[in-house]
Amino acid sequence: MSSEATLHRAAMRFPSFRAGFFTNAWTAGVLFTAALLSLPIIVVSASVFYPSADIWRHLAETVLAEYVGNSVVLMLGVGAGTLVLGVGPAWLVTMHRFPAGRTLEWALLLPMAVPAYIIAYAYTGLLDVAGPVQSGLRVWFDWSYGDYWFPEIRSLGGAIVMLSLVLYPYVYLLARTAFVEQSICALEAGRLLGCGPWRNFGRIALPLARPAIIAGVSLVLMEALADYGTVQYFGVGTFTTGIYRTWFGLGNSVAAAQLSAFLMLFAFSLVMLERYSRKQAQYHHTSTRYRPLPERSMHGWRGVFAFSACMIPVLFGFLLPGGLLAVWAMQSGEAFFNREFLVLVGHSVTLALSATILALGLALFMVYGKRLHGRASTEFAIRVVGMGYAVPGVVIAVGVMLPFGWLDNTLDAWLKTAFGVSSGLLFSGTLLVLLFAYMVRFLAVSLNTVDAGLSKIKPEIDEAGRSLGLSPRTVLRRVHMPIMRGSLFTALLLVFVDVLKELPATLVLRPYNFNTLAVRTFELANDERLVDASHPALAIVLVGILPVIVLSLSISRSRPGYEGSPRN
Amino acid sequence: MAFLQRIVASGLMGALFLVGGLFASVPPGYAQEVNVYSARQEALIKPILDEFTTKTGIKVNLLTGDADTLLKRLQVEGTNSPADVFLTVDAGRLHRAKQAGVLQAIESPALNQAVPAAYRDPQGYWYGLSLRARVIVYAKGRVHAEELSTYEALADPVWQGKLCVRSSSNIYNQSLVASMIAHNGVDETEVWASGLVENFARPPQGGDRDQIKAVTAGQCDVALVNTYYLAKMLTSDQAAERTAGSGVTVFWPNQAGRGVHVNVSGAGVTRSTKHLEAAILLLEFLASAEAQAWYAEKNHEYPVRNTVEPSATLRDWGDFSPDSLNLEVLGQNNAAAVRLMDRAGWR
Repeated sequence: MSSEATLHRAAMRFPSFRAGFFTNAWTAGVLFTAALLSLPIIVVSASVFYPSADIWRHLAETVLAEYVGNSVVLMLGVGAGTLVLGVGPAWLVTMHRFPAGRTLEWALLLPMAVPAYIIAYAYTGLLDVAGPVQSGLRVWFDWSYGDYWFPEIRSLGGAIVMLSLVLYPYVYLLARTAFVEQSICALEAGRLLGCGPWRNFGRIALPLARPAIIAGVSLVLMEALADYGTVQYFGVGTFTTGIYRTWFGLGNSVAAAQLSAFLMLFAFSLVMLERYSRKQAQYHHTSTRYRPLPERSMHGWRGVFAFSACMIPVLFGFLLPGGLLAVWAMQSGEAFFNREFLVLVGHSVTLALSATILALGLALFMVYGKRLHGRASTEFAIRVVGMGYAVPGVVIAVGVMLPFGWLDNTLDAWLKTAFGVSSGLLFSGTLLVLLFAYMVRFLAVSLNTVDAGLSKIKPEIDEAGRSLGLSPRTVLRRVHMPIMRGSLFTALLLVFVDVLKELPATLVLRPYNFNTLAVRTFELANDERLVDASHPALAIVLVGILPVIVLSLSISRSRPGYEGSPRN
Repeated sequence: MAFLQRIVASGLMGALFLVGGLFASVPPGYAQEVNVYSARQEALIKPILDEFTTKTGIKVNLLTGDADTLLKRLQVEGTNSPADVFLTVDAGRLHRAKQAGVLQAIESPALNQAVPAAYRDPQGYWYGLSLRARVIVYAKGRVHAEELSTYEALADPVWQGKLCVRSSSNIYNQSLVASMIAHNGVDETEVWASGLVENFARPPQGGDRDQIKAVTAGQCDVALVNTYYLAKMLTSDQAAERTAGSGVTVFWPNQAGRGVHVNVSGAGVTRSTKHLEAAILLLEFLASAEAQAWYAEKNHEYPVRNTVEPSATLRDWGDFSPDSLNLEVLGQNNAAAVRLMDRAGWR
């Protein structure tokens, strides 16, 4: 290609210097942010080039098949479980009126505030062979162990149920947001063409909400892949437990990192599969009319059915384990509400809030950058950053620790030789590094949610805004952000609750004399003092509930045209 | 929208506050301070550290966490690490820390006198601070002490479907197997481990307390556990824990031979320390009669200092002869032990 042609093409792409510069700056910014946040993942993935054939032969001969098998079954099980528990209730509460429907609408989100490892502790305490249920059965019927069949809670099946119960709100939340934001026209067209309410759901609403639902399910699958606390406690060997074991038990960090890289490959193929399944389909609205959604009343057995379908996840995901924690908390002799405890709450909330805001800002910046100048490079960068969600917290922690430690020590050494001063560790052991780790781990949540929200706004709206002389940033702030308020709230909520529950990275990266609720819960539970651990565990749940409720209400109000609607 | 903006604004303020507080809280580096990285959880160590501060006026900054990742953090932070003391459980991990080059050898006549030679590093890289024994517990009534003898004998087919033990990912099991490799060799230990797996009443799961509970509930007859878990159950303020604990009896294995497998919790001074004196002072305090007695009462581990009595619950179980194997070996054999358990199907 001649240089003239290249020049010509460049001129075509950047009509004016200013616009061209802007394009470059934004794209460069996105790529830079992505590169920075992918650093830990790259550090971990780089390990695949180190040889460790011996250990791999050992793993392949002994435990690898089990790790892969269990992880796959866990993912499939949790994926199916969360779909069932999430999508159905989302449709019921959005489009129907039934007993307690308005309450269940936000109550369905409550299990989200319960960390998976805590629900696992609670149910084990209840259903284990030594727990009150089985002990009661034995006393009541004068049985001894072995005389009766009882499902084993600490098993792969148990882990699937536990994870489904606390993770389905991700699917529910994104599905409901999609249903709330959906276009009435499509549904009305469906009705005109003779679709009943069920077919309308199955043929129109569900396919239209697919990006949001798939975004939710892919978050769930990644979370399930990265789970350590539950599977470890249940003695189920998965990739994550394998990584810990290879790293610390076998003392082989290279093979452990390779396992992690393998895990990320898993997640990456998941994301790619989702992309592929969507192909070029467009999911934005084609109309600018927004009206309140019509609600169908459900009476009699239909009402009972709807109520039960929505009540079951709340009951088993929140009320039962939460009640159990409350009972334990009353049994425990430890003082509950003191100054030290408030400090823990303060730390947890401040950390979660800071991470939440930062994640939303970064997600908007990156996703909008992709929308403005959609290129393969930005698209790819966003995918890579999203990988972090499937990586176990401890792997991220180490991946974050290594570059910052290197930077600190290199800087210190340079300052010492050049100026004779020591800077010590500037970043390592500060909250800044911890926040960075949270971004690596949880940005995917914001990215997916914001992406799903933005993809529903049709490009003509951008064009209209721009033609009225607004800058891209102003269009984002004054047009897009208000329209996709629901998605933004969802992103805030998801990250907040995730950070509140996060354990492994917080544990190893935090500064000294700095504890959080999750850390305290872990320490007590790790000492096998589940009853004493119920205090901080309950506090995590309670702190998590408040934003869940507030934001849930905001999402209902976020539908354009909500004001003055009869739903009030 | 206004609501969202308010949230964003308050969040940003919070973040600024946090970052500000962080730079303000960087210690100005005064001498009367010591930084501890501890794998012992806060509730079990903070009171005794506070006592140290009251006595000496030296402030203790504490970072608790998972032993393996704390060690990793020490390594990454390198010579600039603020840590002065690394405190952890299991000799295997203390050995790993020494191998990783994050500890330094210290000279302390007081420590050498307080801690028996078997329970400290010969060069002074680390010192044991408490002892724990991994024993067999058996169901009262269903099993008789005469039926039990050694760890080795638990692999006998008479125990088929009657043994409970936690996962082999747990370091206590890894250290036990590491000690058996030292005594019996890899091949014999692997045969033993396969036999043990045959005898499992259920797939390994839960913690040590769960094994005790399963014995009491009748799911298994014998279990391998650390003694302090049982002692803590028996002295718990919850009736359910006490009941579950009272269903089992302690058996001291291998008393006719090498003795019970014991391990330590311990501490070492880091190589990066900037408060060497204060760090040594802290270690000496933790080995003092006062601290040892408090710890024995609170956590029901055996004091490492001969002159200090164990807790009343532990005294009830009588004396035992411990395995005198040099604890360094546990660390050296750790990886071999994990591989062996992988091959034997001990998950």
